[in-house]
This record gives sequence, structure tokens and C-alpha cells, in this order.
Amino acid sequence: MATKFSKETYLYWYELMQLIRQFELKAEEMYKMAGKIRGFFHAYIGQEAIAAGCMTATTPDDPFITGYRDHGLALSKGTSPNACMAELYGKATGCAKGKGGSMHFFDVKNKFFGGHGIVGAQIGTGTGLAFAEKYKGTNNVVLTFFGDGAARQGILHESFNLAMLWKLPIVFICENNNYAMGTSVERTSNVIDIYKLADAYEMPADQADGMSAEAVHESIARAVKRAREGDGPTLIEMKTYRYKGHSISDPQKYRSKEEVDEYKEQDPINKVIKTILDNNFATTADLNEIDTKISAVVEASVKFAEESPWPDDSEVLKDVYADASTPLTVD
Amino acid sequence: MRTIAFREALREAMSEEMRRDERVFLMGEEVAEYNGAYKVSQGMLAEFGPKRVIDTPISELGFTAVGVGAAQNGLRPVVEFMTWNFAVLALDQILNTASKMLAMSGGQISCPIVFRGGNGSAGQLGAQHSTAFESYFANIPGIKVVSPSNPYDAKGLLKQAIRYEEDPVMFMESEVLYGDKGEIPEEEYYIPLGKADIKRQGRDVTIVSFNKMMKVALGAAAELEKEGISAEVIDLRTIKPLDWQTILESVKKTNRLVIVEEQWPFASISSEISYRIQKEGFDYLDAPIRRITSADAPMHYAPNLAALAIPDVSRTVKLVKEVMYLKK
Ligand SMILES: Cc1ncc(C[n+]2csc(CCOP(=O)(O)OP(=O)(O)O)c2C)c(N)n1
Ligand SMILES: [Mg+2]
Repeated sequence: MATKFSKETYLYWYELMQLIRQFELKAEEMYKMAGKIRGFFHAYIGQEAIAAGCMTATTPDDPFITGYRDHGLALSKGTSPNACMAELYGKATGCAKGKGGSMHFFDVKNKFFGGHGIVGAQIGTGTGLAFAEKYKGTNNVVLTFFGDGAARQGILHESFNLAMLWKLPIVFICENNNYAMGTSVERTSNVIDIYKLADAYEMPADQADGMSAEAVHESIARAVKRAREGDGPTLIEMKTYRYKGHSISDPQKYRSKEEVDEYKEQDPINKVIKTILDNNFATTADLNEIDTKISAVVEASVKFAEESPWPDDSEVLKDVYADASTPLTVD
Repeated sequence: MRTIAFREALREAMSEEMRRDERVFLMGEEVAEYNGAYKVSQGMLAEFGPKRVIDTPISELGFTAVGVGAAQNGLRPVVEFMTWNFAVLALDQILNTASKMLAMSGGQISCPIVFRGGNGSAGQLGAQHSTAFESYFANIPGIKVVSPSNPYDAKGLLKQAIRYEEDPVMFMESEVLYGDKGEIPEEEYYIPLGKADIKRQGRDVTIVSFNKMMKVALGAAAELEKEGISAEVIDLRTIKPLDWQTILESVKKTNRLVIVEEQWPFASISSEISYRIQKEGFDYLDAPIRRITSADAPMHYAPNLAALAIPDVSRTVKLVKEVMYLKK
């Protein structure tokens, strides 16, 4: 049986998705058991195939921007697990110097534009990133990620209209995990198929299986190609699911355990494992070896975060103005 | 007397007013089926049903506008913002419509609506979830701003806002106060807006504060007492209209004023109080009015930076001593 993608691609997907999952499981443990991480913490677990498929369908120069559920995409773009774990701890060595925390990972060197906490805001900001790419005459395409809940913000409509009007190089990716906190998609609109929101602007749109790295890659690759050729934006609705609660403190009374288990049967990592094993791309032993490597990387990130210094107290009043000599109000 | 939590006090206020008046309804994200993101509205859907306890999509501008329109057309909405950080998406409706309706319509159309939700920082939530908005909204003519510190005041003020206020009221709570317990009388009561409350009598210095910073103010007063310094602590409760007369009366007695607030410093509540008291009470002041506010910066996530960004007891104590010229 011929596979759609190369052996290397499947192994890359496996390793990346495992890294995201193991990293987050560890971080969650450090939050709950050790109290080392505070604030809101939103896990990406279950949605890893979206990051994986987006990565292989884009280049390192293509900017990504997302909401607060941002660990997976930052790791994908190449932010080091050390810098990510240190950020969760609030250490000076974090990817935002410990100033952002879980919701606000940033790594501009790797074209990761965050990490945003106001639901839906990045739909518009991402459109602005795309405007700049077009203005500068680059060939880059912006990937803007947002949730099903965010799709009900008014900014989506203004951004879609502007992106179509100006044919901006952007892919709008709605990660529809079926819930916005405790509110299921059906309870938020008459239009349940979110990709149809593009219709009003005659924007091309697609719905893809967000639990399959292959399907994600294929739909993103089409949209990215269109954008690179100057044909403007696409909306892609990724049907996905989060295994964990909305955030660490969510009691999840709005859904059943059976529902969660049903989705776990379509687990994106297991799907890739099956393809790898069925096609002899690697043996179980090889995969175990990858797992071991990843768990060492994750453990090392904890050690790194533990041993890193806190930001200096003077940082309270820093990074307020680009011109650091700008006077602040200090009593 | 009963002892109940802050969130229950708010719930009682809303529920009592909804029982009394069909025109009152509650709308917001996760207020109904989820029973409130912070469980303020727990059980209200069960009692009042989906017509009056209404879950919205994440559409702050849209549902705020619906509330503002409904208030102009005979209803008395209570709109919950999951936190006030998200209310700025709806600022247009609050500032450009709600606050100006009465003026623009030559007094024909008022806007009796209560917006409420958690305000200010709540631990390490980072820059976008930590802003204290009292000064923003208090700047707007036509808007009233309430910011209570305890369950008793919260219940009485919220009932007053829902039942008697014909203007938009911004009711600012705090995620970190929702669990606080306090005594509430069995019988119904209302607390008029615009009246500060002296929470602790004292002679040597006046400390003014509101909302969760009242804990810092009272904590500082307790520390100071150990050193023989008697601080009078005033809880503003309502930010606008501002009860500066109560502050002035206290300053006439203590001759010293320290303000503790979570606002950013520039054009804050303390700026306004300082102006008013120096104007009305210049001759009574024995020292410059001093304040402790949030740092003039977005709030960072790291624990040390988050802690340093907001007022605390030890820095407040130090400030009071400076005002009293007790260098130590
Ligand atoms: C403007 C705004 N309103 C409300 C919130 C509180 N909030 C944070 S996440 C969230 C749910 C968002 O759900 P969705 O867009 O589906 O993304 P998911 O969490 O499922 O990834 C809400 C209501 C917020 N952060 N910003
Ligand atoms: Mg969602």
C-alpha cells in the first residue's frame, strides 16, 4: 500500500506530536502536583495533528499566530522545550522572559507571533501580519489559528472582508474542538459548519479532519498554494477535539466521558503510529527510542526551568516602551 | 445574620431582583448551563429558566449592544462579563451609546443596565487578564462605577443598581474575592450608591481604598496599630459618584491621606481624589497626599513580577510612615 506522504514525514509527525503531548503532560504534572506553574493553562492535547499538518505544509518563514492554547504551535515552530517550560515557570530564560506565561508564548525568530488571550483578537492581528507580508512583497503566508468560540466574535467578519478585499496571503484556521469552555458549537449559532462563514465574503473554504495530520496537511497545502499565488485567503475548519478540560480548573460537566473516549479512538498519534508500523517505516522499538529521546528532552526542560533564575525585580517596569528611556509614572 | 460567600451575595442580589421584577434578566458567557465561569449564577438557570438566564456566544460587542438596546426599550438587563478585560471589546456600546443616550435624546431615553464581572488582577494571569478598569469607566460622564470589597456591600449595592439606578452601572467584582465569606442580614436591604464607608476608625492617618485592595489597606492598618499608629480606613465602595466628602471629613481629623488602589497610576482614582482633597482640604493637610497603585506597566506573569506590580501591606505601611514623617 502506497502512503500519501514519505516515511520521513510520518516520522516527523510522530516525533512532533509526541513532543507536544509529552511536554504538556509533564507541564500539567508540574502545575498540579508541584505547583510550579500558575495562571491559566490550556492544553493542546488531542489537537496535535493540526500543528503537525500545518508544519509540513508551510515553510519556516510563514508566520503563525494563535490564541492562548499555544504550547503546541510554539513547539512546532521550533521554540525550544527549554524556553517553553521556563516560560510556564515564569523564569527569565522563558520564550517571553517569564513575562507571558502559558497563554503568551512568543518567538518571533521562529515566526511565532503568540499566544493571545483575548478570544478572537488574533484573527484581526493575523490579518495585519498578512498585510505586512504582502506590503513587503514577500512570498510568506500567515497561518492564523482560532477556536470555534472565537468564530463568533465580530472581528472575524471584518477580518474576512478585509482579507478578501485586499487578497491577503493568509489561511484562517478554525480549530473546532466542539467547545468554547462549556459551550458546545450548537449552542453558539445557527451556522454549525463554521467553514460556511466564509461564504458571505466568497472566500474559499474547506472542512478538514483535524485528527489526521494527512488531512490537515492536504487542506493547508491547497490554501497556502493559493495564497502564495496571490489569490488571497482561505478559511479552513479543522474538526478536532481537546481531551483535557478547557483549562486545568475545568470540571467538564458539559460532556460525558464516553464522548471523550470516542474521540480518543481517533487519536492523531495512534493514526500515525499505525501508518508507520503498517508500512514498516519503523519498528515499535524505533518508536520507543523516539519516545525515550523525547522524554529526556522534556525532563531536561523541567531541569532547565527549575535551575533558571527568576526575572530580575527591575523587569516590572521594563518592556513597556521600545524606547526604554521613556519616563513611566513612578511615585 | 448568615455567613455567605461573595459570589452567593451577588447571586442573592440578582435573584431577589429577578423575583421582584420580570424586566430583569441576566445575560453573559457561561452564565446559564455552566452556572457561571466563577459560579456566581449557580442555580439561576434552574430557577428562572432560559428566557431570563441567557448564555451568549463569545460576542462581547454584540451582546452588550443587545443589552443596551433592551435597556432603552423597557427592560433592565444585568450583563455579566466573564472579566472586565473582555468588556473593552464592547466599549463602543458603553461609551458611545449607553453613556450618551440620555444626553443625545434630550432626556428621553435612559439606559438602566448593570454590567458586572471580575476586575483587576487575579494572580499570575499575565498582561491581558489583569487590568483594573475603575478609572477607565469612571472617566465617562453618565456612567456609575461600583467596586465593593465584601459580600455585605456587594449585595446591597448590586440590588440598588438593578432596582433603582436608571443609568448604566459598571459593577466591578474580583475573581479572588468570590470565595470570601461575610455576614449578611436575613432581611432585604439596599445600599445607596455614592456613599463611602469607614471600615476602621482612626486618628493619625486616613487610608482610602476599594475592592480587593481594601485587604491591603486594612492589613496595613493592623500592622500600624502594633506600632501605635492609628489609621482610619475608608472603603469607597462606589467610585463614581465619588464620596470625597467622607474622605475630607476624615482628613480634617487625621491631616494625612494615603490611597491604595489597583489602577495604573496615570489619571487614576487616586489622581482624582488627590486633586479634590488638596482643593477642598488644603489647610488640613500636614503632608503631601501619597498613593500606592499598580506599576505603570502591563502586568507580567512571573510570580515575583506579578507580586511587585500591585500594592501590598509592607509597602503601604512604609508609605504611611513616610506620610507621618516617621522614617524607618
Ligand atoms: C474576549 C474574550 N472573551 C472571553 C474570554 C474568556 N475565554 C477564554 S477562552 C474562552 C473559550 C474560547 O473557546 P474557543 O474559541 O472554542 O477556543 P478553545 O478554548 O476551544 O481552544 C473564553 C470564553 C476571553 N479570553 N476573551
Ligand atoms: Mg473550542
